[in-house]
Amino acid sequence: MANNLLDQVFSRCRNENRAALVGYLTAGDPNISDSTLLLHHLAIHADIIEIGMPFSDPMADGAVIQAASERALASGCTLADVFSLTQSVRRQHPDVGIVLMGYANTPYSIGFESFAAQAADAGANGVLLVDIPPEECGICREAFQQHQLKQIFLLSPTSSEDRIQRVIEVASGFIYYVALTGVTGAELGETSVIKARVEILRQRTSIPICVGFGIKTVEKAHEIACFSDGVVIGSAFVSIVTASDTKLFDASDPLLKIACNMRSAMKRPKK
Amino acid sequence: MKELYDLMITHMPDAGGHFGRFGGKFAAETLMQPLQSLQDAFFTAWQDPAFHAERFDLLEHYVGRATPLYHAKRLSEENHGAQIWLKREDLTHTGAHKINNTIGQGLLAKRMGKKRVIAETGAGQHGVATATVAAMFGMDCDVYMGREDMARQAPNVFRMQLLGANVIPVDGGTATLKDALNEALRDWVASCENTFYIIGTVAGPHPYPLMVRQFHAVIGQEAKAQSLMQAGRLPDIAVACVGGGSNAMGLFHAFRDTSVRLVAVEAAGHGLETGQHAASLAKGRAGILHGNLTYLLENDEGQIKATHSISAGLDYPGVGPELASMHEAGDIELTSASDDQAIAAFQTLTRCEGIIPALESSHALAAGMRLAATMKPEEIVMINLSGRGDKDINTVMNILEKED
Repeated sequence: MANNLLDQVFSRCRNENRAALVGYLTAGDPNISDSTLLLHHLAIHADIIEIGMPFSDPMADGAVIQAASERALASGCTLADVFSLTQSVRRQHPDVGIVLMGYANTPYSIGFESFAAQAADAGANGVLLVDIPPEECGICREAFQQHQLKQIFLLSPTSSEDRIQRVIEVASGFIYYVALTGVTGAELGETSVIKARVEILRQRTSIPICVGFGIKTVEKAHEIACFSDGVVIGSAFVSIVTASDTKLFDASDPLLKIACNMRSAMKRPKK
Repeated sequence: MKELYDLMITHMPDAGGHFGRFGGKFAAETLMQPLQSLQDAFFTAWQDPAFHAERFDLLEHYVGRATPLYHAKRLSEENHGAQIWLKREDLTHTGAHKINNTIGQGLLAKRMGKKRVIAETGAGQHGVATATVAAMFGMDCDVYMGREDMARQAPNVFRMQLLGANVIPVDGGTATLKDALNEALRDWVASCENTFYIIGTVAGPHPYPLMVRQFHAVIGQEAKAQSLMQAGRLPDIAVACVGGGSNAMGLFHAFRDTSVRLVAVEAAGHGLETGQHAASLAKGRAGILHGNLTYLLENDEGQIKATHSISAGLDYPGVGPELASMHEAGDIELTSASDDQAIAAFQTLTRCEGIIPALESSHALAAGMRLAATMKPEEIVMINLSGRGDKDINTVMNILEKED
């Protein structure tokens, strides 16, 4: 069942005429126990949650997610904690899609096979490694396939025709379209430009296309939900943890509220 | 001068930039297209005689190449054993080998029509070399530098500012070279349209390790010809310090496939056993960082460790992928020098020869002298004196004052 969960999520959303809400939080931020509850709260409203694996050198992330990574590592979050957080969310939310997101060195350090086995065992459905482009996915592809983990790849406004083709050939689960040329949480461009790009991709592949990076407001999320299969909200959720001053009762309520609003924004107008 | 240089590219990585199992292009999707454009521009330029004509003209008349190969006779006598010869990269314009690379990449930036260059810097030498070239070509220049390094290398910060560059302090992570590199990558992701990222060492995603090696290969090519001319033969050993490895690859490349032993000297900091060092090859293991698979200093879960070296230029938790590959293949010999040994070598060379070496190069000196002492007087140890020590005067002064 687990291997088709992401597909099921997208088909459910399609039937409900809405985009999937894909929510990101960094595991272990601000500490492991609070992070557990925050992820559970997020999983109430999100269709897919991306659990960030903290890394010492998050090159593709902006200030907000960098700081989250640093808080998580300072709180002692290990890979074992990431897996147990994943398992905990999986137990309470059997229908939510779970994607482990991070940088290649994390799984590489323990070996892709061991990583994939533990990730699948904990209930993850997919993996997104920011610094593994299709050219380098040979080092992990077999391990992920073996354990029925979808490998999600990014496409960006700078991706050429060739690159789009390469990604389509290896991607599974969904394609993560990076809406801007910058790090996570930077300023987003014109919706119409993003829409045009997504439509080009759509002609090329039937894999669901989620759009992310820089989507902060409910309004923007709604605009993008109207033409994509999913909207990824990362920095906007993590900012709530940042602002919470590490006291849980401060973070969980606003997180629930904004996640709920974002979920409503996924609904497309009736045709 | 041009006849010294060999433009044939030997020891090519595979098409994806892999040196054996190392190297590659482990970069975010947004950077893949700019990296491809850079790769295309580099190979096209390398085939173009006009590119090399301009490059060699600048290397000769602006940088001051060829740099001398100097037989340090007094040092050799004091040290006993083999003859010590120094490749004087400290005599280049801006005082370190780094400018060989920034001239090359600066010319590429110009050919690609980029109006802005960015760089990361540790000791500040690469930052200064980038700012210098940007000033000469009339380009905007932003240099990322860890806040800790800015304090250690204050004179270089001021030099970059004088040259018109904007030095941006980096507070993330350990606030040193690796974090400056992260920040420069983040800038480039957003700015690649009009910006050229001049990486300062033989690391990063393909084509940087290859390209930077090719731009520095002039060091070894000159040294090889000079050694034949002045000493009548090749050295027995070529020694260079290794942080990322640019001066080492620059020296070593021409001596591959010869009988010359290549010795890489890593920074042992307070001692390899203390954990406070920057010896990625000796104490690290394979991992993925900054766009390439290479040896890294990291914990069991792949979190990059804070490193320590008295020399900011060696204070990096990784190493160029080609050096990692050469290390595993047994093509280089590995040794290290501690902070204390580097300081001692710094003083010895200064007093014996009237040459003040950079603290980075002092590591190569310390190890080179140690090796030479065990060898015969007719044997030759060639040491890459990669930079001059003016920038390190304050650091050394503070240490020597503490000892008094």
